[in-house]
Amino acid sequence: MEHYINLFIQAAFIDNMALSFFMGMCTFLAVSKKVSTSFGLGVAVIVVMVLAVPLNQLIYANILAPGALAWAGYPALDLSYLQLITFIGVIAALVQILEMFLDKYIPALYDSLGIFLPLLTVNCAIFAGVIFMANRDYNLGESVVFAAGSGFGWAMAIVMLAGLRERMKFHAIPEGLQGIGIVFITTGLMALGFMAFSGISI
Amino acid sequence: MSTQTASTRDILTSPIFSNNPVAMQVLGVCSALAVSNSMQTALVMTLAVTFVLVFSNLIISSIRSLIPNSVRIIAQMTIIASLVIIVDMVLQDIAYELSRQLSVFVGLIITNCIIMGRAEAFAMKNPPHLAVVDAIGNAMGYGVILLGVAFVRELLGSGTLFGHEILKTVENGGWYLANEMFKLPPSAFFLIGLMIWSINVIQRKRG
Repeated sequence: MEHYINLFIQAAFIDNMALSFFMGMCTFLAVSKKVSTSFGLGVAVIVVMVLAVPLNQLIYANILAPGALAWAGYPALDLSYLQLITFIGVIAALVQILEMFLDKYIPALYDSLGIFLPLLTVNCAIFAGVIFMANRDYNLGESVVFAAGSGFGWAMAIVMLAGLRERMKFHAIPEGLQGIGIVFITTGLMALGFMAFSGISI
Repeated sequence: MSTQTASTRDILTSPIFSNNPVAMQVLGVCSALAVSNSMQTALVMTLAVTFVLVFSNLIISSIRSLIPNSVRIIAQMTIIASLVIIVDMVLQDIAYELSRQLSVFVGLIITNCIIMGRAEAFAMKNPPHLAVVDAIGNAMGYGVILLGVAFVRELLGSGTLFGHEILKTVENGGWYLANEMFKLPPSAFFLIGLMIWSINVIQRKRG
Protein backbone atom coordinates (compact mmCIF):
# COMPACT_ATOMS: atom_id res chain seq x y z
CA MET A 1 0.00 0.00 0.00
CA GLU A 2 2.79 2.37 0.99
CA HIS A 3 4.42 1.72 -2.36
CA TYR A 4 1.29 2.85 -4.18
CA ILE A 5 0.88 6.03 -2.11
CA ASN A 6 4.49 6.83 -2.78
CA LEU A 7 4.02 6.27 -6.49
CA PHE A 8 0.97 8.54 -6.55
CA ILE A 9 2.77 11.37 -4.76
CA GLN A 10 5.82 10.92 -6.93
CA ALA A 11 3.73 11.13 -10.12
CA ALA A 12 1.52 14.00 -8.97
CA PHE A 13 4.02 16.32 -7.32
CA ILE A 14 7.68 15.43 -7.71
CA ASP A 15 7.57 14.33 -11.35
CA ASN A 16 4.70 16.61 -12.26
CA MET A 17 3.95 15.97 -15.93
CA ALA A 18 3.43 19.60 -16.82
CA LEU A 19 5.93 21.41 -14.64
CA SER A 20 8.93 19.12 -14.52
CA PHE A 21 8.59 17.14 -17.75
CA PHE A 22 6.89 19.86 -19.84
CA MET A 23 4.29 17.41 -21.09
CA GLY A 24 1.10 18.58 -22.74
CA MET A 25 2.47 22.11 -22.90
CA CYS A 26 0.64 23.10 -26.07
CA THR A 27 -2.77 22.60 -24.53
CA PHE A 28 -1.46 23.63 -21.11
CA LEU A 29 -0.59 27.11 -22.36
CA ALA A 30 -3.40 27.50 -24.88
CA VAL A 31 -6.40 26.36 -22.80
CA SER A 32 -5.59 27.97 -19.46
CA LYS A 33 -7.38 31.29 -19.78
CA LYS A 34 -10.38 30.41 -17.59
CA VAL A 35 -10.54 28.26 -14.47
CA SER A 36 -13.80 26.54 -15.51
CA THR A 37 -12.46 25.47 -18.93
CA SER A 38 -9.16 24.30 -17.51
CA PHE A 39 -10.98 22.29 -14.89
CA GLY A 40 -12.97 20.51 -17.62
CA LEU A 41 -9.81 19.80 -19.57
CA GLY A 42 -8.05 18.59 -16.44
CA VAL A 43 -10.83 16.11 -15.68
CA ALA A 44 -10.77 14.90 -19.28
CA VAL A 45 -7.01 14.31 -19.01
CA ILE A 46 -7.43 12.31 -15.79
CA VAL A 47 -10.17 10.15 -17.34
CA VAL A 48 -8.31 9.42 -20.57
CA MET A 49 -5.05 8.85 -18.68
CA VAL A 50 -6.56 6.34 -16.25
CA LEU A 51 -8.08 4.43 -19.18
CA ALA A 52 -5.21 4.67 -21.64
CA VAL A 53 -2.22 3.79 -19.46
CA PRO A 54 -3.56 0.49 -17.99
CA LEU A 55 -4.99 -0.53 -21.37
CA ASN A 56 -1.63 0.00 -23.02
CA GLN A 57 0.04 -1.74 -20.10
CA LEU A 58 -1.99 -4.87 -20.85
CA ILE A 59 -1.12 -4.69 -24.54
CA TYR A 60 2.54 -4.01 -23.83
CA ALA A 61 3.01 -6.70 -21.20
CA ASN A 62 1.13 -9.41 -23.10
CA ILE A 63 1.99 -8.74 -26.71
CA LEU A 64 4.75 -6.22 -27.37
CA ALA A 65 7.38 -6.65 -24.65
CA PRO A 66 10.39 -8.84 -25.50
CA GLY A 67 9.38 -12.45 -24.97
CA ALA A 68 5.84 -11.52 -24.05
CA LEU A 69 4.33 -13.76 -26.71
CA ALA A 70 5.60 -16.88 -24.93
CA TRP A 71 1.97 -17.76 -24.08
CA ALA A 72 1.24 -18.00 -27.79
CA GLY A 73 4.28 -20.16 -28.47
CA TYR A 74 6.71 -17.50 -29.72
CA PRO A 75 9.11 -16.87 -26.81
CA ALA A 76 11.84 -15.43 -29.05
CA LEU A 77 9.65 -12.74 -30.61
CA ASP A 78 10.36 -9.09 -29.75
CA LEU A 79 7.72 -6.69 -31.03
CA SER A 80 8.80 -3.74 -28.90
CA TYR A 81 9.70 -1.69 -31.99
CA LEU A 82 5.97 -1.49 -32.67
CA GLN A 83 5.24 0.15 -29.33
CA LEU A 84 5.10 3.79 -30.47
CA ILE A 85 2.68 3.21 -33.32
CA THR A 86 0.55 0.85 -31.22
CA PHE A 87 0.31 3.23 -28.28
CA ILE A 88 -0.72 6.21 -30.37
CA GLY A 89 -3.25 4.09 -32.25
CA VAL A 90 -4.77 2.83 -29.01
CA ILE A 91 -4.97 6.35 -27.59
CA ALA A 92 -6.59 7.74 -30.75
CA ALA A 93 -9.12 4.91 -30.84
CA LEU A 94 -9.84 5.20 -27.12
CA VAL A 95 -10.50 8.93 -27.36
CA GLN A 96 -12.81 8.37 -30.33
CA ILE A 97 -14.78 5.63 -28.57
CA LEU A 98 -15.01 7.65 -25.36
CA GLU A 99 -16.36 10.59 -27.33
CA MET A 100 -19.05 8.50 -29.03
CA PHE A 101 -19.94 6.74 -25.77
CA LEU A 102 -20.36 9.98 -23.85
CA ASP A 103 -22.34 11.53 -26.70
CA LYS A 104 -24.82 8.65 -26.67
CA TYR A 105 -25.15 7.77 -22.98
CA ILE A 106 -24.04 10.71 -20.83
CA PRO A 107 -24.87 13.85 -22.85
CA ALA A 108 -24.42 16.17 -19.85
CA LEU A 109 -20.82 15.06 -19.44
CA TYR A 110 -20.32 15.16 -23.21
CA ASP A 111 -21.34 18.80 -23.29
CA SER A 112 -18.72 19.74 -20.73
CA LEU A 113 -15.87 17.40 -21.74
CA GLY A 114 -16.67 16.72 -25.39
CA ILE A 115 -14.85 19.66 -26.92
CA PHE A 116 -11.61 18.70 -25.18
CA LEU A 117 -11.55 15.04 -26.13
CA PRO A 118 -10.21 15.39 -29.71
CA LEU A 119 -7.42 17.60 -28.33
CA LEU A 120 -6.25 14.83 -26.08
CA THR A 121 -5.10 12.50 -28.87
CA VAL A 122 -2.18 14.80 -29.53
CA ASN A 123 -1.69 15.74 -25.87
CA CYS A 124 1.82 14.60 -25.06
CA ALA A 125 1.01 14.16 -21.35
CA ILE A 126 -1.07 11.09 -22.11
CA PHE A 127 1.35 9.67 -24.64
CA ALA A 128 4.25 10.34 -22.27
CA GLY A 129 2.42 8.60 -19.43
CA VAL A 130 2.09 5.52 -21.63
CA ILE A 131 5.74 5.57 -22.71
CA PHE A 132 6.96 6.06 -19.14
CA MET A 133 4.82 3.09 -18.11
CA ALA A 134 6.51 0.92 -20.76
CA ASN A 135 10.01 2.19 -19.93
CA ARG A 136 9.62 1.62 -16.20
CA ASP A 137 7.88 -1.76 -16.57
CA TYR A 138 4.95 -0.97 -14.29
CA ASN A 139 2.53 -3.78 -13.55
CA LEU A 140 -1.20 -3.28 -13.96
CA GLY A 141 -1.84 -1.96 -10.44
CA GLU A 142 1.11 0.41 -10.59
CA SER A 143 0.04 1.70 -13.97
CA VAL A 144 -3.42 2.65 -12.66
CA VAL A 145 -1.94 4.52 -9.70
CA PHE A 146 0.72 6.15 -11.85
CA ALA A 147 -1.90 7.29 -14.40
CA ALA A 148 -4.18 8.70 -11.70
CA GLY A 149 -1.26 10.52 -10.07
CA SER A 150 0.08 12.03 -13.29
CA GLY A 151 -3.38 13.01 -14.49
CA PHE A 152 -4.16 14.62 -11.16
CA GLY A 153 -0.84 16.48 -11.14
CA TRP A 154 -1.42 17.81 -14.64
CA ALA A 155 -5.00 18.87 -13.89
CA MET A 156 -3.92 20.62 -10.70
CA ALA A 157 -1.17 22.51 -12.52
CA ILE A 158 -3.46 23.76 -15.30
CA VAL A 159 -6.19 24.87 -12.87
CA MET A 160 -3.61 26.75 -10.81
CA LEU A 161 -2.17 28.44 -13.88
CA ALA A 162 -5.67 29.43 -15.02
CA GLY A 163 -6.32 30.96 -11.60
CA LEU A 164 -3.16 33.03 -11.89
CA ARG A 165 -4.02 34.10 -15.43
CA GLU A 166 -7.50 35.23 -14.41
CA ARG A 167 -5.88 37.46 -11.81
CA MET A 168 -3.28 38.71 -14.23
CA LYS A 169 -5.88 40.36 -16.44
CA PHE A 170 -5.90 43.31 -14.07
CA HIS A 171 -2.15 43.77 -13.90
CA ALA A 172 0.00 46.16 -15.88
CA ILE A 173 2.25 43.84 -17.87
CA PRO A 174 4.98 45.27 -20.16
CA GLU A 175 3.61 45.58 -23.67
CA GLY A 176 5.83 43.05 -25.45
CA LEU A 177 5.31 40.48 -22.72
CA GLN A 178 1.50 40.51 -22.85
CA GLY A 179 -0.18 37.35 -24.03
CA ILE A 180 1.87 34.21 -24.18
CA GLY A 181 5.17 35.71 -22.99
CA ILE A 182 4.05 36.32 -19.44
CA VAL A 183 2.42 32.89 -19.32
CA PHE A 184 5.80 31.27 -19.94
CA ILE A 185 7.39 33.29 -17.12
CA THR A 186 4.49 32.48 -14.75
CA THR A 187 4.77 28.78 -15.57
CA GLY A 188 8.49 29.01 -14.90
CA LEU A 189 7.81 30.45 -11.44
CA MET A 190 5.26 27.71 -10.76
CA ALA A 191 7.81 25.10 -11.83
CA LEU A 192 10.31 26.65 -9.42
CA GLY A 193 7.75 26.29 -6.65
CA PHE A 194 7.19 22.65 -7.54
CA MET A 195 10.90 21.97 -7.28
CA ALA A 196 10.40 22.22 -3.53
CA PHE A 197 8.65 18.83 -3.65
CA SER A 198 11.70 17.03 -4.99
CA GLY A 199 13.13 14.51 -2.59
CA ILE A 200 9.91 13.96 -0.64
CA SER A 201 9.05 10.32 -0.04
CA ILE A 202 6.86 8.57 2.46
CA MET B 1 6.65 34.39 -61.67
CA SER B 2 8.24 36.89 -59.33
CA THR B 3 5.28 36.75 -56.98
CA GLN B 4 5.63 32.99 -56.81
CA THR B 5 9.30 33.11 -55.85
CA ALA B 6 8.49 35.75 -53.27
CA SER B 7 5.82 33.56 -51.73
CA THR B 8 8.14 30.56 -51.69
CA ARG B 9 10.72 32.60 -49.86
CA ASP B 10 8.02 33.81 -47.53
CA ILE B 11 6.99 30.25 -46.75
CA LEU B 12 10.60 29.50 -45.88
CA THR B 13 11.47 32.54 -43.80
CA SER B 14 8.31 33.58 -41.98
CA PRO B 15 8.29 30.55 -39.60
CA ILE B 16 11.87 31.29 -38.54
CA PHE B 17 11.14 34.61 -36.94
CA SER B 18 7.86 36.49 -37.25
CA ASN B 19 5.66 33.39 -37.27
CA ASN B 20 7.89 31.09 -35.23
CA PRO B 21 6.05 27.85 -34.38
CA VAL B 22 7.41 27.59 -30.83
CA ALA B 23 7.48 31.20 -29.70
CA MET B 24 4.56 32.71 -31.63
CA GLN B 25 2.14 29.84 -32.10
CA VAL B 26 3.12 27.87 -28.96
CA LEU B 27 3.39 24.57 -30.82
CA GLY B 28 5.78 21.77 -29.96
CA VAL B 29 6.88 23.38 -26.73
CA CYS B 30 7.06 20.14 -24.72
CA SER B 31 10.13 18.75 -26.39
CA ALA B 32 11.64 22.17 -27.00
CA LEU B 33 11.90 22.70 -23.26
CA ALA B 34 12.81 19.24 -22.11
CA VAL B 35 15.86 18.52 -24.25
CA SER B 36 17.29 22.03 -24.17
CA ASN B 37 19.75 21.58 -21.28
CA SER B 38 22.65 20.75 -23.59
CA MET B 39 23.57 21.76 -27.13
CA GLN B 40 24.19 18.20 -28.20
CA THR B 41 20.75 16.85 -27.34
CA ALA B 42 19.14 20.00 -28.75
CA LEU B 43 20.94 19.58 -32.05
CA VAL B 44 20.06 15.90 -32.36
CA MET B 45 16.45 16.67 -31.50
CA THR B 46 16.34 19.42 -34.14
CA LEU B 47 17.71 17.05 -36.77
CA ALA B 48 15.20 14.36 -35.79
CA VAL B 49 12.29 16.80 -35.97
CA THR B 50 13.54 18.19 -39.30
CA PHE B 51 13.67 14.70 -40.79
CA VAL B 52 10.20 13.74 -39.58
CA LEU B 53 8.66 17.08 -40.52
CA VAL B 54 10.10 17.18 -44.06
CA PHE B 55 9.12 13.62 -44.89
CA SER B 56 5.71 13.74 -43.24
CA ASN B 57 4.87 16.94 -45.15
CA LEU B 58 6.21 15.44 -48.37
CA ILE B 59 4.33 12.15 -48.05
CA ILE B 60 1.08 13.64 -46.80
CA SER B 61 1.12 16.32 -49.46
CA SER B 62 1.78 13.79 -52.24
CA ILE B 63 -1.13 11.57 -51.24
CA ARG B 64 -3.42 14.34 -50.02
CA SER B 65 -6.04 13.73 -52.70
CA LEU B 66 -6.21 10.04 -51.75
CA ILE B 67 -6.80 10.54 -48.02
CA PRO B 68 -10.53 10.52 -47.17
CA ASN B 69 -11.36 13.51 -45.03
CA SER B 70 -12.95 11.52 -42.22
CA VAL B 71 -9.86 9.44 -41.42
CA ARG B 72 -7.20 12.02 -42.19
CA ILE B 73 -6.02 12.37 -38.58
CA ILE B 74 -5.39 8.64 -38.25
CA ALA B 75 -3.70 8.55 -41.66
CA GLN B 76 -1.41 11.44 -40.76
CA MET B 77 -0.69 9.90 -37.38
CA THR B 78 0.32 6.58 -38.96
CA ILE B 79 2.71 8.25 -41.38
CA ILE B 80 4.26 10.37 -38.63
CA ALA B 81 4.55 7.44 -36.22
CA SER B 82 6.28 5.29 -38.84
CA LEU B 83 8.80 8.06 -39.52
CA VAL B 84 9.45 8.50 -35.80
CA ILE B 85 10.07 4.77 -35.39
CA ILE B 86 12.67 4.99 -38.17
CA VAL B 87 14.39 7.90 -36.42
CA ASP B 88 14.27 6.09 -33.09
CA MET B 89 15.82 2.91 -34.46
CA VAL B 90 18.53 4.73 -36.43
CA LEU B 91 19.42 6.77 -33.35
CA GLN B 92 19.64 3.69 -31.16
CA ASP B 93 21.97 2.13 -33.69
CA ILE B 94 24.40 4.98 -34.35
CA ALA B 95 24.31 6.90 -31.05
CA TYR B 96 23.11 4.69 -28.24
CA GLU B 97 24.24 6.98 -25.40
CA LEU B 98 22.47 9.99 -26.92
CA SER B 99 19.30 8.06 -27.54
CA ARG B 100 19.32 7.09 -23.85
CA GLN B 101 19.66 10.76 -22.85
CA LEU B 102 16.79 11.75 -25.12
CA SER B 103 14.83 8.76 -23.73
CA VAL B 104 11.13 9.23 -24.34
CA PHE B 105 11.42 12.52 -26.16
CA VAL B 106 12.18 10.95 -29.52
CA GLY B 107 8.95 8.96 -29.24
CA LEU B 108 7.16 12.12 -28.25
CA ILE B 109 7.91 13.66 -31.65
CA ILE B 110 4.73 11.82 -32.71
CA THR B 111 2.63 14.12 -30.56
CA ASN B 112 4.69 17.20 -31.36
CA CYS B 113 2.01 19.65 -32.43
CA ILE B 114 4.26 21.33 -35.02
CA ILE B 115 4.25 18.20 -37.14
CA MET B 116 0.52 17.49 -36.86
CA GLY B 117 -0.17 21.20 -37.26
CA ARG B 118 1.85 21.58 -40.46
CA ALA B 119 0.41 18.37 -41.91
CA GLU B 120 -3.12 19.55 -41.22
CA ALA B 121 -2.74 23.25 -42.03
CA PHE B 122 -0.30 23.16 -44.93
CA ALA B 123 0.49 19.76 -46.42
CA MET B 124 -3.18 18.84 -46.89
CA LYS B 125 -3.75 21.92 -49.06
CA ASN B 126 -0.52 22.50 -50.96
CA PRO B 127 1.62 20.69 -53.57
CA PRO B 128 4.63 18.65 -52.36
CA HIS B 129 7.43 21.08 -53.26
CA LEU B 130 5.85 23.91 -51.28
CA ALA B 131 5.11 21.53 -48.41
CA VAL B 132 8.79 20.59 -48.21
CA VAL B 133 9.81 24.27 -48.16
CA ASP B 134 7.27 24.91 -45.42
CA ALA B 135 8.58 21.95 -43.44
CA ILE B 136 12.19 23.17 -43.69
CA GLY B 137 11.15 26.65 -42.59
CA ASN B 138 9.23 25.40 -39.58
CA ALA B 139 11.96 22.96 -38.60
CA MET B 140 14.44 25.83 -38.70
CA GLY B 141 12.15 27.97 -36.57
CA TYR B 142 11.96 25.15 -34.06
CA GLY B 143 15.72 24.64 -34.19
CA VAL B 144 16.50 28.33 -33.68
CA ILE B 145 14.54 28.46 -30.42
CA LEU B 146 15.79 25.07 -29.23
CA LEU B 147 19.45 25.81 -29.93
CA GLY B 148 19.12 29.35 -28.56
CA VAL B 149 17.71 28.10 -25.26
CA ALA B 150 20.22 25.24 -25.11
CA PHE B 151 23.11 27.66 -25.77
CA VAL B 152 22.23 29.81 -22.77
CA ARG B 153 21.37 26.88 -20.52
CA GLU B 154 24.52 24.89 -21.20
CA LEU B 155 26.83 27.91 -21.17
CA LEU B 156 25.53 29.39 -17.92
CA GLY B 157 24.51 26.11 -16.31
CA SER B 158 27.75 24.20 -16.70
CA GLY B 159 30.13 26.55 -18.51
CA THR B 160 30.40 24.30 -21.55
CA LEU B 161 29.20 24.19 -25.16
CA PHE B 162 28.80 20.80 -26.87
CA GLY B 163 30.65 19.43 -23.83
CA HIS B 164 33.75 21.63 -24.44
CA GLU B 165 34.74 23.92 -21.61
CA ILE B 166 34.19 27.59 -22.43
CA LEU B 167 33.92 29.22 -19.02
CA LYS B 168 36.29 27.53 -16.55
CA THR B 169 34.17 26.64 -13.53
CA VAL B 170 35.21 27.08 -9.91
CA GLU B 171 35.18 23.31 -9.32
CA ASN B 172 37.83 22.91 -12.00
CA GLY B 173 39.98 25.70 -10.55
CA GLY B 174 38.59 28.46 -12.80
CA TRP B 175 36.67 31.64 -12.05
CA TYR B 176 33.12 30.89 -13.25
CA LEU B 177 30.60 29.90 -10.59
CA ALA B 178 28.08 27.80 -12.54
CA ASN B 179 24.47 28.85 -12.10
CA GLU B 180 22.77 25.57 -11.23
CA MET B 181 19.32 27.00 -11.93
CA PHE B 182 19.97 26.82 -15.66
CA LYS B 183 20.17 23.05 -15.40
CA LEU B 184 16.67 22.90 -13.93
CA PRO B 185 13.41 22.91 -15.93
CA PRO B 186 12.09 26.37 -14.88
CA SER B 187 14.95 28.23 -16.57
CA ALA B 188 13.71 27.04 -19.96
CA PHE B 189 10.35 28.72 -19.36
CA PHE B 190 12.02 32.00 -18.40
CA LEU B 191 14.29 31.93 -21.45
CA ILE B 192 11.46 31.28 -23.90
CA GLY B 193 9.39 33.99 -22.21
CA LEU B 194 12.25 36.45 -22.66
CA MET B 195 12.72 35.36 -26.28
CA ILE B 196 9.05 36.01 -27.01
CA TRP B 197 9.40 39.41 -25.39
CA SER B 198 12.36 40.36 -27.57
CA ILE B 199 10.72 39.07 -30.77
CA ASN B 200 7.63 41.15 -29.96
CA VAL B 201 9.65 44.30 -29.23
CA ILE B 202 11.71 43.98 -32.42
CA GLN B 203 8.61 43.37 -34.52
CA ARG B 204 6.86 46.38 -33.09
CA LYS B 205 9.86 48.59 -33.90
CA ARG B 206 9.81 47.39 -37.50
CA GLY B 207 6.15 48.36 -37.65
